[in-house]
Amino acid sequence: MSLQVSDLKVYYRTLAGDVKALDGATFSIADKEIMGLAGESGCGKSTLGNSLIRLDGRMRYVGGSVNLDGNELPVWDNQGMNEFRFRDVSVIPQYAMSAMNPTRKIGTMTAELLESRGEKYREIKPELLRRIDLVGLDRDVLGRYPIELSGGMKQRMVMVISTLLDPSLLIADEITSALDVSTQRAVAETLVSFRDHGFVKSMIVITHDVSILYQTADTILIMYAGKLAEKAPTKTIIEGAMHPYTKMLISSLPEVGVRYANKKLSGIPGSPPSLLRPPVGCRFRARCPLAFDKCVEEPPFVKVARDHMAACWKVTGSDA
Amino acid sequence: MRRYFGRKLLTYTLTLFIAATIDWLIPRFMPGDPVYGLMSRMGNNSSPEAAKALSDYYYNLFGLNQPIWQQYLNFWGGLLHGDLGRSVFEHGQPVTDAIMAAVPYTLALLIPAILLSWWAGNSFGALAARRKWLDNTMLPVGYILTATPYMWLGIVLAFVFGFTLKMFPFANSYGLNLEPSFTWLFFTDLVAHWMLPFLSLFLVMFGGWAIGMRNMIIYELDADYSRYLEALGAPQRLVRKYAFRNAMLPQITGLALQLGVIVAGSLVTEIVFSYQGVGLLLFNAIKSEDYFLLQGIFLFVIVGVLAANFLVDIAYVIVDPRTRVGMRGGTA
Ligand SMILES: Nc1ncnc2c1ncn2[C@@H]1O[C@H](COP(=O)(O)OP(=O)(O)O)[C@@H](O)[C@H]1O
Ligand code: SF4
Ligand SMILES: [Mg+2]
Repeated sequence: MSLQVSDLKVYYRTLAGDVKALDGATFSIADKEIMGLAGESGCGKSTLGNSLIRLDGRMRYVGGSVNLDGNELPVWDNQGMNEFRFRDVSVIPQYAMSAMNPTRKIGTMTAELLESRGEKYREIKPELLRRIDLVGLDRDVLGRYPIELSGGMKQRMVMVISTLLDPSLLIADEITSALDVSTQRAVAETLVSFRDHGFVKSMIVITHDVSILYQTADTILIMYAGKLAEKAPTKTIIEGAMHPYTKMLISSLPEVGVRYANKKLSGIPGSPPSLLRPPVGCRFRARCPLAFDKCVEEPPFVKVARDHMAACWKVTGSDA
Repeated sequence: MRRYFGRKLLTYTLTLFIAATIDWLIPRFMPGDPVYGLMSRMGNNSSPEAAKALSDYYYNLFGLNQPIWQQYLNFWGGLLHGDLGRSVFEHGQPVTDAIMAAVPYTLALLIPAILLSWWAGNSFGALAARRKWLDNTMLPVGYILTATPYMWLGIVLAFVFGFTLKMFPFANSYGLNLEPSFTWLFFTDLVAHWMLPFLSLFLVMFGGWAIGMRNMIIYELDADYSRYLEALGAPQRLVRKYAFRNAMLPQITGLALQLGVIVAGSLVTEIVFSYQGVGLLLFNAIKSEDYFLLQGIFLFVIVGVLAANFLVDIAYVIVDPRTRVGMRGGTA
């Protein structure tokens, strides 16, 4: 068992009160598993991803625990997490295009980052060059400034840097959103190859676009309004989703393999609830065509079949 | 790179030409006749014929009896030979000499004030960006300082430290009872007289740099590359180092933009403290309607500011790789 997250709660402090962006997440990821994390924008995917590596200033740890390879991650302690970052948990951020210091040569920045973490750049450099070859970049990118690279090149470089210390868990947040379709495919394939080469043990691939996960992810976790809705192997999510939200999300997409055309046409009617004062009971209730009396209580996220978890009274039975 | 500097050089040359022409025009549109002014200052006890002869002599000496276009050509001709004409106020002394006598004093004020305030302001601003209590005290003080006109701060300093506390003299560049010489006594006297005008320049600029730096650092610490480093567990030392270096870049551009203002500030400050630099010379030139001196001083200031700007441009290209890449044309 590589990653084990239990009842993790992370809120945003605002003047109006706490935004309950991640309100009790319990799930696990196995060794070698690439887990897709999907859901509409604003449902808390990035909050979950960030809380596993670094809480930014406005995020507040409320409760829960994260266990990676048998070690408890002190996610509430910014200093304490430093030791785990990069080596055990790493991230390819949403802003990969601007993640490198614009005024430093890429090689210099990489060297300074590694040395600051007590690693020897000289020892790591051969492997760094090998991986630069692997992602199809020129070795002389190390002597260049980020501005000299195209967006796709920068992204590949950040992918190489982030995984250089062979982290156990890699979080990739919306890394395909800013790219054109052919580049998206290449990036997705690179992610899988990183896992296959053993550069990373397991991975969380965050996206608001489920279709990108079809070729990439082994499993998919669907979130809705700060809560987990369903987790199952990719094939099951596509063909046999049980949660009404997942079903609507999947059917709102065009057929598997056909992206683009009219994608946005058939969305799910209505909009997600405010996370400042989320409704009691099932948070999907206001938009759920199957909602019934029981749904005023909160449905637990439980096993509904082998390797299949869901949080819905219709699935688990109202007397569960 | 060569093309970039070629273009810059062309811009600067053109600016200089236009500025010099305007500079030549302005005093000629000023009301009043400089020779008449000069002669009335010299006393009026000679006969009308003698006065006529003298004024003809002066008109001739200054070239004011020639047609205006000839005066303009003479201006450029002289300029190219380093001849700025003769001062009416300084009794026909060459303008170049009058300016050169004043320049050391102005530079002695300006250069330390610019460099020290830039250095101290940037260091202080960077420190304030991470110490809450310092930030809370520095920010209002900094804003008050930068918003203060140079002249006003000069007057306040002269009143408090000069007039009331009698810590420093607040008029002239050195004691009038002393002769300039290489003695310890003269040197200390020089420094004492230098102190208050220097301080008033230093303080105003210091506030501006400190605030600019503080805001830039806070901005850079929130930039994506900083967040990425932090997400990968880099120590604060490295994150701050990068943020500081990148925050410095706009401060260098800021220096180029501020130079003109700073020079103007030093001119005003010299007048407040009767400090015998270029500013005071300018003041006297205006009072006595001294065309050539006025022209020469403006020209000198223009050339100085342009040259300093050019230097800052070069420095910026050296420190910011992005400008270099832009010149080469990125490979992306
Ligand atoms: N800094 C913040 N302050 C307050 N609320 C925030 C902040 N960042 C995100 N949120 C809220 O938290 C929720 C989840 O955000 P996020 O995790 O970024 O969603 P996703 O990545 O799924 O689009 C959203 O409703 C958003 O409005
Ligand atoms: S619990 Fe009720 S409201 Fe929520 S998804 Fe299931 S049926 Fe719909
Ligand atoms: Mg997001």
